[in-house]
Amino acid sequence: MNGYAIEGRRLVKRFGDRVVVDHVDIGAKPGEIVTLIGPNGAGKTLLLKMLLGLTVPDGGTIARSPGLRVGYMPQKLAIDPNLPISVARFVGLAGKGDVAASLDTAGVADIAAAPMTGLSGGELQRVLLARALMRDPQLLVLDEPAQGVDVTGQDALYALVGELRDRTNCAVLLVSHDLHLVMARSNHVVCLNTHVCCTGKPEAVGRDPAFAALFGARAGESLALYRHHHDHVHDTHGHVHHAHDHAHSHDGHRHG
Amino acid sequence: MAMCITRTTMRIPTTGIAMDEFLWRAGAAGLGLAVIAGPLGSFVVWRRLAFFGDALAHSALLGLALGFMLQIEPAIAIAVLCAAFALTLTGLLSRAKLPPDTLLSIAAFTTLSLGLIALAFVETLRVDLISYLFGDILSVTRADVALVWGGALLALAVLIAIWRPLLAASVDEDLARVEGVDTGRVRLAFVLLLALVVALAMKIVGVLLVTALLVIPAAAARRFAQGPEAMAIYASVIGAIAVIGGLFASLKLDTPSGPSVVVAAAAIFAASLLFKRRA
Repeated sequence: MNGYAIEGRRLVKRFGDRVVVDHVDIGAKPGEIVTLIGPNGAGKTLLLKMLLGLTVPDGGTIARSPGLRVGYMPQKLAIDPNLPISVARFVGLAGKGDVAASLDTAGVADIAAAPMTGLSGGELQRVLLARALMRDPQLLVLDEPAQGVDVTGQDALYALVGELRDRTNCAVLLVSHDLHLVMARSNHVVCLNTHVCCTGKPEAVGRDPAFAALFGARAGESLALYRHHHDHVHDTHGHVHHAHDHAHSHDGHRHG
Repeated sequence: MAMCITRTTMRIPTTGIAMDEFLWRAGAAGLGLAVIAGPLGSFVVWRRLAFFGDALAHSALLGLALGFMLQIEPAIAIAVLCAAFALTLTGLLSRAKLPPDTLLSIAAFTTLSLGLIALAFVETLRVDLISYLFGDILSVTRADVALVWGGALLALAVLIAIWRPLLAASVDEDLARVEGVDTGRVRLAFVLLLALVVALAMKIVGVLLVTALLVIPAAAARRFAQGPEAMAIYASVIGAIAVIGGLFASLKLDTPSGPSVVVAAAAIFAASLLFKRRA
């Protein structure tokens, strides 16, 4: 396992004759944020589903650290509008865990009694995150967590994921189309287009010709530009986050 | 002396002691069905299995015919055939490349036609065909009432036992699986319950109207419910009101009983639309 929370090796998935995931190696270690990035139809979601045990691979092996607790945030929720269910009840369907604490961590404690139908995109994503947190996960798998969320909301959501990682030392595996917000916070980026195009630290991937070929030559440049910009934003608005980090790094005690 | 109770009548007979007996049995059987149809129908709506339930019901005639041919109690023959058909269909749906509605259509009409052909060989049943298609609640016997209540309570007990995993799987199957729910087993248990209830409902509302009794009360209950359990209970209550109202209308207006129950349920559904959805 080499210290991986989860590791997939040479994973293959076919639909008929078409190979949609082609010998992909992927893994995430505790405390690491690994981002899967790639165009539509690159096999990102399918790769996650294989790792989660929701789809059987046609080739390759998957190893999980023993007793691994997984929190999963799906891309979309298939809940039928005819099913009346409150946010708290939905989160509680995870079976184990503290509903109020999870909702609080995800920042949606105020809508606990609200019905699931009629949540905004941002609220829904945070409720899904709350459910993923219920089992005190050692691995968080997030499939396009910022879907339907505006840019500031996305930034806040990724900041929250980063904070969770810092606090619980969980491994995070996330899928995104998004080049900027996500990659800036990742430890490791895997650029996927059926096969692994390039992989490595965000900076290295941004400079890789394969990345440029996939996302256009300007993507790497704009990424660098964004990172600069992002640092700047943090300096002026990072007050709250800094205070947070402080408290946790001082005494070092952990929740859970 | 009490009048002769014929088994073929679909309308409520003329006054007398026998009528009370008829109505009592019809009401008791209908209420037994409503008790289980509410929660089970809610899951049918949530899981979008209305058409699946309909396909199961269409296979019931084949079970009936086979039951007569093999000299087995019809309700048992229907339950067994529906269960086998439900398992086959579930397997096909997970593998087939066809869209589900196409596959279910093919299955439903094929089994219905096979059932009709098989029934044509059973001479004595031919007259009763319409009562099997649309139900004949007034022909239920004391044994039928016991069967409906026994089956309904058994199904309800199983449903309550699998409630949480079934609900989790109905809300989102992938999430439930990641959290350790054996969604395949839960689905299997659910379709078997559906098969059982279709078999129970056959005599009361008939092959063509079974799904109506599952879906319409649940759809009407949606308006008033803020939680899944509330919706299931309200659906049972609405189903019970539809049974009583339908039988009453059948008595007053001399209308066929099964369709009257369904129309009563539909009327409650229509009325429910006047209320604002609560959640």
